[in-house]
Amino acid sequence: MENKPQPLSPGLRESATFNRHVIHEIQRAAQTGIYDIRGWGAKRSLPHFDDLVFLGASMSRYPLEGYREKCETGVILGNRFASKPLHLDIPVTIAGMSFGSLSGSAKEALGRGASEVGTSTTTGDGGMTDEERKHSKMLVYQYLPSRYGMNPHDLRRADAIEIVLGQGAKPGGGGMLLGQKISDRVAGMRTLPAGIDQRSACRHPDWTGPDDLEIKIQELREITDWEKPIYIKVGASRTFYDVTLAVKSGADVVVLDGMQGGTGATQDVFIEHVGIPTLPALRQAVEALSELGMHRKVQLIVSGGIRNGADVAKALAMGADAVSIGTAALIALGCNSPQYDAEYQKLGSAAGFYDDYQDGKDPAGITTQNPELAARLDPIEGGHRLANYLRVLTMEAQTIARACGKSHVHNLEPEDLAALTIESAAMAGVPIAGTDWIPGKRGGF
Amino acid sequence: MSTFDLSKISVRELNHHLHQLAEAGDIDLLEPRGAHAVACGLTAPLNVSIRGPVGYYCAGMNERATVTVHGNAGTGVAENMMSGEVRVLGNASQSAGATAHGGLLVIQGDASARCGISLKGASIVVGGSVGHMSAFMAQAGTLVICGDAGDALGDSIYEARIYLRGKIASLGADCIEKKMRPEHLAELTQLLTTAGINADPATFRRYGSGRSLYHFHSDHASAY
Amino acid sequence: MENQLGSLFVPMLNCLSGRGPDSAGFAVYRDPALEGTVKIVAQHPEVGFEWEGFFKPFGAVSLTVIASHCVAIVPGQPEIVRAKLELENAGVTVMCVGSSMEIFKEKGFPCDVMKVFQLEQAVGSHVIGHTRMATESAVSTAGSHPFSTGSDLCLAHNGSLSNHNSLRRNLRREGITFRTDNDSEVAAGYLSWRLQSGDSLETALEAALRDLDGFFTFAIGTRDGFAVLRDPIACKPAVLAETDEYVAMASEYRSLAHLPGIEEARIWEPEPARIYTWEKLKDTPSASSTAISISLAA
Repeated sequence: MENKPQPLSPGLRESATFNRHVIHEIQRAAQTGIYDIRGWGAKRSLPHFDDLVFLGASMSRYPLEGYREKCETGVILGNRFASKPLHLDIPVTIAGMSFGSLSGSAKEALGRGASEVGTSTTTGDGGMTDEERKHSKMLVYQYLPSRYGMNPHDLRRADAIEIVLGQGAKPGGGGMLLGQKISDRVAGMRTLPAGIDQRSACRHPDWTGPDDLEIKIQELREITDWEKPIYIKVGASRTFYDVTLAVKSGADVVVLDGMQGGTGATQDVFIEHVGIPTLPALRQAVEALSELGMHRKVQLIVSGGIRNGADVAKALAMGADAVSIGTAALIALGCNSPQYDAEYQKLGSAAGFYDDYQDGKDPAGITTQNPELAARLDPIEGGHRLANYLRVLTMEAQTIARACGKSHVHNLEPEDLAALTIESAAMAGVPIAGTDWIPGKRGGF
Repeated sequence: MSTFDLSKISVRELNHHLHQLAEAGDIDLLEPRGAHAVACGLTAPLNVSIRGPVGYYCAGMNERATVTVHGNAGTGVAENMMSGEVRVLGNASQSAGATAHGGLLVIQGDASARCGISLKGASIVVGGSVGHMSAFMAQAGTLVICGDAGDALGDSIYEARIYLRGKIASLGADCIEKKMRPEHLAELTQLLTTAGINADPATFRRYGSGRSLYHFHSDHASAY
Repeated sequence: MENQLGSLFVPMLNCLSGRGPDSAGFAVYRDPALEGTVKIVAQHPEVGFEWEGFFKPFGAVSLTVIASHCVAIVPGQPEIVRAKLELENAGVTVMCVGSSMEIFKEKGFPCDVMKVFQLEQAVGSHVIGHTRMATESAVSTAGSHPFSTGSDLCLAHNGSLSNHNSLRRNLRREGITFRTDNDSEVAAGYLSWRLQSGDSLETALEAALRDLDGFFTFAIGTRDGFAVLRDPIACKPAVLAETDEYVAMASEYRSLAHLPGIEEARIWEPEPARIYTWEKLKDTPSASSTAISISLAA
């Protein structure tokens, strides 16, 4: 369902089916003969956490006082098999984003900000930079189909390993980085010629299927002497089966990314039309874990449209152990800042609308490899802004948790929630406010 | 010489021991019986002889060590190798040398499908033939095939080089035959010598990227 | 080698328990039913189910109960007996109908399943076995492999089909019945349909290559041997070992490593999209008979 724009003047009637955006896209396709590639996640309106509300304390439940009465936020990730699980101070992590799709300053800022508040960052589809390792107290190293920059040295100096099957923006798709962002440094890290358009595989080169993944996980554990937690990241699709299989293959942690999850560059049709929203995926994931008796034993991190402390609290209430932010982290750093509105306009966009990360012309210096633009982002100031934002997320979640009488954010539960719409009730498995009704067949997925 | 017997100790115990070693030394591994992840993640310049067939990911992410498999190897032998040498005296299963960055992988027998897939700089020399989709998306490095190649050789290849002596079932997208120049003959000769394989470099042909897929363009939509 | 069939096969399946811990099953070919009789293997979840009563209307000549399964020999022709069984209710699941094949399968860890059904002691000409990690359907007895596709015919599958829902709908219209949502059951049903339509096994498998989409290694058991087929992309593994005494197949070499004479065996991998079949030689002197032995996928 597209957000309907207001008519420009009476007498101008826009088609809901062939609206301005659709018309523009058809014209662009006719002109260029190539699909539209952009950054960001699904932009259309979807059932999401906004459709859920909390049942705060009243007569039957008692709230906790702020400050004095503690609401704990610590999370341990990866204690199923690994000898060195991660201890996070807050239940919010920074999602995988590559050096290449992001500038070096952006990666450094993310590391600084996350470390300031005691949480982890994640490398992306381009390998680990020294700056990121240096500035990030806890660094999760992604293991992707492309294996760009993959090496045992980085594997051993990572704090956790995240095997990526897919991401929410494009479950079933491989990585993509266009030539304008394949600078010499990026090219060197990825073993590619500079300036070309990177094609990436969508399947891993040396395993296919959960039975072979189990053997691959064993190998990675052997190489790292069983120290590091192994995460498995999936884009939201057939989530119940995916999570079940991730557990059976031997994952310590499952990372689930809904269709609202961002990307640096993907075909628009892929972003908008493949994958399911975060809300139903999260519910399925928790059901799968519960059925296996592994809820809280294999931890669940969820991403895809996490924006504020209410989203954090709702995700935790539905059963996640932590959430991950990508798009929101970039915005906190300064992406789409109004101070660059004039430059966004020159690029054919506007502050608050810019999603052409693939072009590498980001005026905010975040999703670019252009040294002049990248220099605009001060990593120390950016890190500080991210730390501020992460603190706000945490405090907002704590405020809500206290209002529900919880001394740890993990004690939030689905019964603390009510739904405002039929879709969200069905997707989240939460009754419609004021009723007992959860629409949809129980027992089916 | 240290000897380890995999019928008596686990792969975990074996790899743990091997990871503790920092100096060069000779290692004999007995009774591997197709076990997985044998001698993976090595970092010391060890000389490891595996007296039997191995399963998946033998010598995965190898650095500096020389590993010889006296038998066949399963999926992903020497995957992501960084340096050193891995020799398979028998045949190798699929994805041999997958995404390897450096070092030398020698397969005396045949390699299966996807040999050298996503290659990132290592050298692979195959005494026999390779299966389909070999050198798929190979980015850098060299694949030498003394026997035949299966379907879709070098599909979507970047800058890796292929030298092939035998027949080719079919070429992959954007993989073309290229001229053998003196520097290529020299490279091939050196690789064959180091691999210890007796084959006349002059009987090989060279294949590599046509570089027509380097920029997305509607004209080659049919390649997708 | 027939005497050692079970004892050689148990370690093969045990080895693969890691990649398939949910359930296990095997089809063993032994003790052919006499001319004019049919062998049925049926299962009921209740311990102590009244098998005698169930098989009375069929005039069972013999009944052997092993845990939740029962092997019955009844007079008649396979198709007629099969049709009669389909009318039955009583919560009984028919595992297979034929002359020599016996399918046993159950949820649970492979070594437990094999113990319960006494596979170690099995004597026969060949066996197809499977350990399962369920990909998209429930873990259940009915969802375990191998699936019977016709008289003395069974199928085990490693991989994941991508068009099985559409195939299932089409096959239902052709009269094939399914008990589960399992993609592998669809492959088995597809094969049944082709064979019932008059295809030879080879022609049926050629048709399968065209019509089935997705990733697969199939091991198919036939009365006289077995067949192996991999899809054209061939990501799912398959290894073969051949000696003068036996032919064995498995998803990993590890599974074959303990077989006698394995060091001298010819070890090779099947090509993608190519049908391989093995048949026991008939009329060979027992001393040196080629027992087509073991086959397995996981």
